[in-house]
Amino acid sequence: MLEQQLVNGVVLGATYALFALGFTLMFGVMGVINLTYGVYFAVGAFAALWSTQALGLPIAAALPLGALIAGVIAVAIDTLLLTRLRKAKAPELASLMVTLGATLFLYAGMAASLGTEIRRFPAAVFDGGAYDLGAVRIGTTQILIFGAAVALVVALMALVRGSRLGLAIRAVAENPDAAALMGINGGLMLRVVSFLSGAIGGAAGVLVGLNFNAIQPFMGEHMMLRGFAVIIVGGLGDLRGALAAGLLLGFAEVLTAAYVSSTFKDLTAFALLVATLWFRPLGLFGRAAAKRA
Amino acid sequence: MWQTLDDFYWTYQSLIHGIGVNGILALSIYVVLAVGQLSLGQAAFMGVGAYTGALLTVKFGTPFAVSMAAAAAVPALIALVVGGPTLRLTGVYLAIATIGLGEITRIVFLNWDYAGGALGLSGIPEKGGVLAIYGTLAVVLIALILVARSRIGRAMEAMREDEAAAGVMGVNLPRYRMTALVVSSGLAGIAGCLSAHVSSFIGPNEYGFETAVTILSYALLGGIGSPVAPVLGAAILTLLPEVLRPLADFRLMVNGLIIVVAVLFMPRGILPWRIARTG
Repeated sequence: MLEQQLVNGVVLGATYALFALGFTLMFGVMGVINLTYGVYFAVGAFAALWSTQALGLPIAAALPLGALIAGVIAVAIDTLLLTRLRKAKAPELASLMVTLGATLFLYAGMAASLGTEIRRFPAAVFDGGAYDLGAVRIGTTQILIFGAAVALVVALMALVRGSRLGLAIRAVAENPDAAALMGINGGLMLRVVSFLSGAIGGAAGVLVGLNFNAIQPFMGEHMMLRGFAVIIVGGLGDLRGALAAGLLLGFAEVLTAAYVSSTFKDLTAFALLVATLWFRPLGLFGRAAAKRA
Repeated sequence: MWQTLDDFYWTYQSLIHGIGVNGILALSIYVVLAVGQLSLGQAAFMGVGAYTGALLTVKFGTPFAVSMAAAAAVPALIALVVGGPTLRLTGVYLAIATIGLGEITRIVFLNWDYAGGALGLSGIPEKGGVLAIYGTLAVVLIALILVARSRIGRAMEAMREDEAAAGVMGVNLPRYRMTALVVSSGLAGIAGCLSAHVSSFIGPNEYGFETAVTILSYALLGGIGSPVAPVLGAAILTLLPEVLRPLADFRLMVNGLIIVVAVLFMPRGILPWRIARTG
């Protein structure tokens, strides 16, 4: 029983970590809490659903397609909403409010055009069977979800930490003006980051949609609650922290659902968030930064 | 003459109540925005106030005044637990800490059988009515105008425009933020209690994310230069779906659009004038 819950926790935690990674990357580089991130999550899931249903693609092809579409939409929305505020160096709350309005608009639009009923992937997507390892049963879908999440996390970390592009992105995050003086195209980097985090959000949407086999327009809204918890618990803009906090939340939710009550499962994220704010407001690995006016 | 007025009242009763209640909600978010913070928990505070007041009235038969007081106190307490630790951090933290509150209150009320669970709470006796709603609105509005005109109002505006400078000038930032948060959640709770006692029914799904964003759009459309502006914004946004009937299905999209346009192109709202100071 416990072993099975731990396996489920690892799979769930990996998808949360992936989701939070894109969210925290966006915040870390742009300095904006972009609430439309939950929309990319739903967009990715719907795009994958559409490509498996209408185009008959296997899930291995639907996943990158969903991520790609979500990434492109993320770049478009970011350009449309935030360029003007960035130019004016508007305070972060103004950006937060713009994305809030856009989120309401997009969710309402998606609900109106796609309907709010829960949709499911075609059964053919899941026909891989399952492996029995003693007390533990692992589905091929679970292996796929976990593998894809880990591969994406590793690829993103390698990109950000180990490549010239990643160096440029980190330079823009640290100080956009100084980065521009070093010959880095700041606007391009912001679009790259928008695309990356949108694509990661979309991929997470596909994987979480697979995990629960339930897709609907507001799935991103429910996920955002967890996203906030994870980025606060991990520390705002801290990639490592987001990974650790995502896994932690996955375990906490699965164990709460199994041993306490499934009602409390949805409250776990919030409880972790409030506890972190009280006891470690700067996150798991956080250290205080000097405040600049 | 009286007959016509009476008919008018009965026809548009819920709209008249709605404008007043939403006016109070707009003032509740104004109080937070006025010190440069953002709370996305106003709908949840409203819901907690509505349930607190209605439960007391229905289950314990307390007088209306007691229900109202409790409906203000309980959300204020929750605001302190959830928002309290964020008061020494930047504004983003309060926004994030409160954004999940709507979902949390929904889950709690949905699973709390004593409070009716998914069916909600019905048969709330009608109390207060138009007089209580508009009386509260007027008292709160006048009080906030007086505050805005005073030294405190000056400090609040300084915080909003440049927090670091205000802090250096001796404004006690955490204390102002804390007071604003407590007052604002109490006001939202009162608005919830008032609306519960005129609509006779409350349900767990009424106080979610959409409601929180709608409340924010009142203040963003009106502006926060003076306390009058958000009330005007609330009146316009409450009347709008009635006037534009065909739009009703897209009301949430319109609200979202209003927020985007207001922040991008009219950062000071439609009523931008500032209030004269006395202190």
